[in-house]
Amino acid sequence: MEPCEAFDYDILVVGAGGAGLRAVIAAREAGCRVGVVCKSLLGKAHTVMAEGGVAAALGNMVSSDGELEPDGWETHFVDTMKGGAFLNNWRMVEIFAHEAIDRVFELEQYGAVFDRTPEGRIAQRPFGGHKYRRLNHVGDRTGLELIRTVQDKAVGAGMDVHMEVTLVRLLTAGGVVVGALGYHRETGRFVTFRAKAVVLATGGWGRMFRFTSNSWEGTGDGVTLAYEAGAELIDMEMMQFHPTGMIWPPGMRGILVTEGVRGEGGILRNSRGERFMFKPEYMPELYRGQFAESEQEAAGWLDDKKRFRRPPELLPRDVVSRAIYREVKAGNGCEHGGVFLDVSQRGAEYIKAKLPSMYDQFHALGDVDITVEPMEVYPTVHYTMGGIRVDPETAAATVPGLFAAGEVAGGLHGANRLGGNSLSDILVFGRRAGDGAAAWAAGKSLAELDPAQIADGQEQMLKPLGKSGGESPYALHAELQETMQQNAMIAREEAGLKIALDKVRELQKRAEGLAAPGGREYNPGWHATRDLVSMLTVSEIIVLCALERKESRGAQWRIDFPERDDAGWGTKNLVVHRRDGQPAVVESPLPAMPEHLKALFQEH
Amino acid sequence: MESITLHVFRGAHGVGSLTDYEVPVTPGMVVLDAIHYIQAHTDGTLACRWNCKAAKCGSCSAEINGVPGLLCKTRVDLFPEGDIAVGPMRTFPHVRDLVTDVSWNYRVNARIPPLRPDPARGGAPFDLQQEDVERVQEFRKCIECFLCQDVCHVLREHQRTDAFFGPRQMCRIAGLEMHPMDTLDRRQQLHNEAGVAYCNITKCCTEVCPEHIHITDNAIIPMKERVVDSYFDPVAGILRKIGVLQRQPRQKAAGDAAPATTIHSPPKSAD
Ligand SMILES: Cc1cc2nc3c(=O)[nH]c(=O)nc-3n(C[C@H](O)[C@H](O)[C@H](O)COP(=O)(O)OP(=O)(O)OC[C@H]3O[C@@H](n4cnc5c(N)ncnc54)[C@H](O)[C@@H]3O)c2cc1C
Ligand code: SF4
Ligand code: SF4
Ligand code: FES
Repeated sequence: MEPCEAFDYDILVVGAGGAGLRAVIAAREAGCRVGVVCKSLLGKAHTVMAEGGVAAALGNMVSSDGELEPDGWETHFVDTMKGGAFLNNWRMVEIFAHEAIDRVFELEQYGAVFDRTPEGRIAQRPFGGHKYRRLNHVGDRTGLELIRTVQDKAVGAGMDVHMEVTLVRLLTAGGVVVGALGYHRETGRFVTFRAKAVVLATGGWGRMFRFTSNSWEGTGDGVTLAYEAGAELIDMEMMQFHPTGMIWPPGMRGILVTEGVRGEGGILRNSRGERFMFKPEYMPELYRGQFAESEQEAAGWLDDKKRFRRPPELLPRDVVSRAIYREVKAGNGCEHGGVFLDVSQRGAEYIKAKLPSMYDQFHALGDVDITVEPMEVYPTVHYTMGGIRVDPETAAATVPGLFAAGEVAGGLHGANRLGGNSLSDILVFGRRAGDGAAAWAAGKSLAELDPAQIADGQEQMLKPLGKSGGESPYALHAELQETMQQNAMIAREEAGLKIALDKVRELQKRAEGLAAPGGREYNPGWHATRDLVSMLTVSEIIVLCALERKESRGAQWRIDFPERDDAGWGTKNLVVHRRDGQPAVVESPLPAMPEHLKALFQEH
Repeated sequence: MESITLHVFRGAHGVGSLTDYEVPVTPGMVVLDAIHYIQAHTDGTLACRWNCKAAKCGSCSAEINGVPGLLCKTRVDLFPEGDIAVGPMRTFPHVRDLVTDVSWNYRVNARIPPLRPDPARGGAPFDLQQEDVERVQEFRKCIECFLCQDVCHVLREHQRTDAFFGPRQMCRIAGLEMHPMDTLDRRQQLHNEAGVAYCNITKCCTEVCPEHIHITDNAIIPMKERVVDSYFDPVAGILRKIGVLQRQPRQKAAGDAAPATTIHSPPKSAD
């Protein structure tokens, strides 16, 4: 074992996105000593990239008749369950819809500066799957406002920050999580942490696909660490494909075009000029009758949300993604293989005020002026509904001492997440994880770390270093992206998924022989070898679960099982845990929803 | 333009030189794409920070042909002759290749007290008009790329990191100072440890800000005026002394408290 730096905390928070930082604030308020580690610099997590808004049923918006929209947690609950195709854990959704409101007010108290309504309240915009205007926002940089607010608050509350430290192993003692091993990206030297509780807030994973809105961080480290420590994962087949990623120019491929564009009136058209979302075959039974049925009605909705129904572009993301996929497949795509998204009819002034960074991004990078011409878009891998299985009340994972919150946790969003629900998720459950971890840590003492686990973790990490002649992590990563993109993305079927499974397992074997030339100091090629291990672990699990769920529901679209099977698959989640070193997929019945919550579906 | 030659600074702790790389060009390519191409195809050890690739996170700051900018927002076709030199930001201690140690910025930031709303006016939700918040929103657009810090001569040439918080933190303080709900008196901190007087309004910071924040005009100059009014205005000083003018429309003074947060840096190793 190589000697290394060591730190002791009551609570170690892994990840400094919104979920991690909100957990820090809660744990500090409970009087704990808190350390936080993150792979990047502070404030650069995925949360900073979120654009559209944070969903909470404040009910601030006034309708054309002068009345406030009758939004409330009940409607948010119903919308979230419907959007998730009822695979969600009802209790998590109930807590979420309730608490999101206070978490947003609290942000304002901490210093967030939201856009305002003419009456002086927080302004809300419409988003897919939300019945009322519900996304509290700051132009199209809501994530920046959110992360900076909790970052400043957490800094003020006091924490130990370890930036650019990647954790590679959770350390256990008698099956309880008691610490972690990581390395400094800058020096390549190891560091260990002892803690009474560990909160994982490591975000999602999209980097195993070729088109993704995720940064280099989205490799699934956290979910892999938890799985290796024995925790259960849930709903891992449910990857969200955001309908509108940029498709042109190639350098911009996958980068997100916020749903806010459609919320502000953006129209989808195919190369024949058809506004294809009006085609009846794209309208799911569940939503029939709730959306505009003509272009006139959709246009009317822009100014009068009460009298007119919303445009079908605002159906949930899984629905719109599939429609775009089918249009392109049917030969109705644009030259670069996507469809057109046009918001120009709203006029230059409005667009620049409401969507300033979208305007800038297309103008500077794509040579497209979105105030006069359409954007070209195609679905991009965006978000992970599945993740670490947690207790709704405390965010505890199924391994003692471990807690998880934010995108890395599963259960809240079911088979599909509604836009804006992640930013409120990370606040609600980030706080609960901080509280849960503090309660667990109370009265406990720090445990001794097992030198054998540390030595093994170090050895695994150092194996590819300085080796020449082995395989390059970049090349393997490209192969992985290709197979996942081809076989495990939007449209899945058994044959393709089996190809992907074989390929992933082949890559796992080849990854044993990875080589990273160079030294230990800030060596991205070496870091990539470890990221690849996480991606391969997670990819195998995604494919196994996608193979297992033989139906189409939410983000899981099986071409060979195109129907939604409510009586069968609709009653259970898929849960994965490690058995004999291999992922084992088991079915787990959905908890039954109490009658008073069921009744909400009649009224809302 | 089918390919470009990138001259990238390679080396560690300030010692190094430019290395040339040939990179094929694709439509809309940005300098960060070229760096990624080199990492994947030529040399995986090339160190560079990035996250969003969409000018939102402020990770990929560097100097491109000597001009501080974001690698992900700088298109290669801006340089039709196809020669592009890329180096690290020069104001901060060099780590490796394009990576610098920017932790000082976080340490300074930790000294700035967060918003303190007036409890007497009740908690959030607040009642605020768009006009009340727009001024503050400008400063809150900051993505913490630290390009303004990189270019500010007080920090770059004179290395007065001991005396001046720099333009980024001036934005942060302005966003708090001008927040309609804040009750802290931040002038003392601005005058003392933040060193607002060191800025001599060259506006270099404003020129490089990728978020187009009017750092000098909208943040620094108004704050300088406020500090001057309270510290150096002789009339106000006399009136205050004889008790006519009370210097406390706001409550408590901010600053000079030890920050509660520690930003750790890895111990420097020999190799
Ligand atoms: C482009 C884009 C736009 C979006 N827009 C919206 C929106 O409008 N509304 C909405 O609700 N949601 C949106 N989302 C989703 C939302 O931003 C994310 O789901 C959410 O921010 C996740 O927050 P988090 O705190 O769980 O994780 P993240 O913000 O992803 O943070 C993860 C943290 O974990 C750290 N970490 C990861 N692995 C390790 C490791 N091995 N060791 C140490 N640290 C590690 C990372 O460094 C990082 O600090 C968007 C996402 C993207 C990518
Ligand atoms: S205007 Fe002031 S802060 Fe900005 S670069 Fe010049 S001296 Fe520095
Ligand atoms: S003020 Fe502008 S230049 Fe300075 S750190 Fe912020 S975004 Fe970057
Ligand atoms: S990578 Fe985020 S600003 Fe360039």
